[in-house]
Amino acid sequence: MLHIEGLSSHYGRIQALDSVDLTIGEGELVALVGANGAGKTTLLRCLSGVQPVSAGRIVFEGQDITRAPSHRRVKLGIAQVPEGRQMFGPLSVEDNLRLGAYRRRGPKVADDLDRMYTRFPILKEKRKQSAGTLSGGQQQMLAISRALMSRPRLLLLDEPSMGLAPLLVSEIFDTVKLLKSQGTTIFLVEQNAYAALGIADRGYVLETGSVVLDDAGRALLENERVKTAYLGL
Amino acid sequence: MPPAFVELLQFLFSGITSGAIYALVALGFALIYNASHVINFAQGEFVMLGGMITWLLLSHGIDLPLAIAGAVAATVVVGLALEKLAIEPVRDANVVTLIIITIGAGIFLRGLTSVTLGKDLHAVPAFSGNEPLELLGATIMPQSLWILGVTAAVVLALHLFFHFTILGKAILATSHNRLAARLMGVNVNFVLLLSFGLSALLGAVAGILIAPITATHFEVGIMLGLKGFAAAILGGLGSGLGAIVGGLLLGLIESLGAGYISSDYKDAMAFVVILGVLFLMPQGLFGKRGTERV
Repeated sequence: MLHIEGLSSHYGRIQALDSVDLTIGEGELVALVGANGAGKTTLLRCLSGVQPVSAGRIVFEGQDITRAPSHRRVKLGIAQVPEGRQMFGPLSVEDNLRLGAYRRRGPKVADDLDRMYTRFPILKEKRKQSAGTLSGGQQQMLAISRALMSRPRLLLLDEPSMGLAPLLVSEIFDTVKLLKSQGTTIFLVEQNAYAALGIADRGYVLETGSVVLDDAGRALLENERVKTAYLGL
Repeated sequence: MPPAFVELLQFLFSGITSGAIYALVALGFALIYNASHVINFAQGEFVMLGGMITWLLLSHGIDLPLAIAGAVAATVVVGLALEKLAIEPVRDANVVTLIIITIGAGIFLRGLTSVTLGKDLHAVPAFSGNEPLELLGATIMPQSLWILGVTAAVVLALHLFFHFTILGKAILATSHNRLAARLMGVNVNFVLLLSFGLSALLGAVAGILIAPITATHFEVGIMLGLKGFAAAILGGLGSGLGAIVGGLLLGLIESLGAGYISSDYKDAMAFVVILGVLFLMPQGLFGKRGTERV
């Protein structure tokens, strides 16, 4: 579904990604793990078209989208739950959700809104409140729901567990598993390598902008290098 | 009615009339500021173009309603062109550079107008005559009622647009979190284009409404732009409510200052307000607290 070939990206003169190759198949849950500053967020930003690519190609469902503007990628079915949740703080919870469906029109948007409220009843309860007043966990649920409102074929999740209490972390991961079982293809970026690789079909390890390992999720959990560097074992 | 009261009422009428104009100009500043953090110093030129093009069309024998529509449309085209030709190509430049570009665009538009339409002062007729109306002993011109009515209608329309349409909300979303807006599929270049168009529209409306009172001239935009800017600062840059309150307040300060202190200082009031706000409460009345690095 998604093929990345030789992808490089720079912030000014600093290289953040160095010819990354990566593939995600239809219906797969692929995890990307790595330390802070390894380039994980940069990679997701390149996929969403909000960070310039300096070399390489991104092919989504047979189409080269390397230079496509971000709004076209959303239309094609790539949605991102960004790091730090990135709420529209002063806007209401419902407005945040509706903006998630910005590229869609029609009555089905209202159906999807109901679906999100059924999945996370707390969002329905607080739908008139401004998003900035929600707790961290509620904001993460809203961020995921907002991305789902675009009916993505590929969902990019950037550190969904960051800054959340352990109970909420497992709730978020349960949600991710549920989405996968419903057929959404998911690319999950996490510092919490143990949890991410535990639910992933396959995983990639990113170090200073390059992919250094890729394997099945379970196999990576057993890998000595991953164990020492990312699992603290 | 005691004469002192009538006098006060007269000052209040004239204060809210010019205040409404400042509010429209300040709203134009707020729209572009929210979309891009750029202070568009060509805003005053939109005001000038509104008045000048109305006069131009009238002088060619076109009826007033049509001349007004034409002037608004032409000014909107200028606003869109400014964004497309001068701002969008250098979108990633820093904010100060963009602000300097708008100053240059303002000078260019002023120059172009003086070369093509001349440097004379032109009168534009009032929309419904010059017969003053009497209210509680004070008089008010019908044009003032037009100004207040149209400003109220514009403010209401903007309110509805931003609160009840997905496009309006997308503009708000872009101003709150540009990255997230892009990730939701909002085309932020289009949002910027739209805000220049809307700002030009607001400026043109202000210029057309005020033209029958002050007459129009290729340089009227300088003072009206600066006063709208002062109003926007007073209300808090980027706040819609602030722009309206700031505009009305500035109009009242000016007219009461001119009435009770000296009319020599009428134009100085706006600058005293800017300095006062910047010294005492830089975020303005309704602005966000905290400072921002530019």
